[in-house]
Amino acid sequence: MIDHTLITILEKVSDPEIPVLSIMDMGVVRSAQWKENKVEVSITPTYSGCPAMDVLAEDIKAAFNEKGIISEVKLVLAPAWTTDWITARGRKALEDYGIAAPLDAEADKEALLGNKKIIKCPQCGSTETKMISQFGSTACKALFQCETCQEPFDYFKCLK
Amino acid sequence: MNKENLIQYIYSIADNSLILGQRMSELCGHGPSLETDIACTNMALDLLGQTRSYYQYVATLLGEGKTEDDVAYLRTEREYKNVLLVEQPNTHFGYVIARQFFYDTFHLLLLEKLQFSTDETLAAIAKKGIKEVSYHKRFSSDWIKRLGDGTAESHQKIQEAITDLWAYTGELFDMLPEDQEAVEAGIGVDVTTLKEKYQEQIKNVLDEATLSVPELQWFQRGGKQGIHSEHMGFLLADLQYMQRTYPNMKW
Repeated sequence: MIDHTLITILEKVSDPEIPVLSIMDMGVVRSAQWKENKVEVSITPTYSGCPAMDVLAEDIKAAFNEKGIISEVKLVLAPAWTTDWITARGRKALEDYGIAAPLDAEADKEALLGNKKIIKCPQCGSTETKMISQFGSTACKALFQCETCQEPFDYFKCLK
Repeated sequence: MNKENLIQYIYSIADNSLILGQRMSELCGHGPSLETDIACTNMALDLLGQTRSYYQYVATLLGEGKTEDDVAYLRTEREYKNVLLVEQPNTHFGYVIARQFFYDTFHLLLLEKLQFSTDETLAAIAKKGIKEVSYHKRFSSDWIKRLGDGTAESHQKIQEAITDLWAYTGELFDMLPEDQEAVEAGIGVDVTTLKEKYQEQIKNVLDEATLSVPELQWFQRGGKQGIHSEHMGFLLADLQYMQRTYPNMKW
């Protein structure tokens, strides 16, 4: 449960590797509750090794600190994060930033196996795109290139 | 099951991730192409992340203010329970891929069972890991096919690696007394039940890659008991150097 009075503070914190995406839109905040005179926040990693998590925890504490609130951040593993938790606003922010948003699991598999050209280039909108590598600049992304405008871009992999 | 045996059981899974992750991270800046370099280090990061989750759990079991760093940096070679396969050196790209392929195939089968562990922490780490390891397996299997069904030279080199490393795959299915205890407690996975599926999956990929499945029936073992190959000491020297030279130093 996320205490609604805390949402505006949490929305100010963004993923250090994707600064346009707030942690709320990312879906990594699992709970935020007042416990006596401090706030307890639980976050879940996108990938086990995501190096952004330590920074995120510090950023959350700093955001609360600015409002004079003491907070504690806990890491929880279950249930495991899925790209379904990225909000519609988050998906839009990704696209605007130049990262193709994750497709559903079935379409994702077709795209990553190179069977179908369905990933849309965030620059020109063409679906004439090809995968360069299953692993992109961070663990959560794959590297694609648009064959129409030639721009390389990241695709946020579907994680179910 | 008692705490000490549970810790040993966790090591037998977690140490594989740490040591394989360390091997893959050696490719950072040294991969044969930019894409493979990034892919290998991405996988190293996933494995290291899984290791941290396991070791943080071990640290809470150990108590006395122990942390994941104590577990990773301050154990001696004999105290690591990883299989010999994952400590084998990178030799050439064929070895990197063959080692990864042999381990990924096992790793995914293991985690698919471990997600039903009665130990909630292990089940959660496994569930998360499945998503990551599925990608690893896809990557290494694809490369087995590309190299096997590629040029005469790539075929010869990947076959060489497959044949050499095959001798290290038997140990994956060995059960130690603490493994048995973990199975009986509903915590662990009976790895002997994975063997048939493993060999079938390996054969399918190798067949498609026009590679032959080694016929060797004699396997190297010892890592699970802490008896490692000559490569392990060098790997640990690299991994532990900082903490050994400057005890308690912090980043």
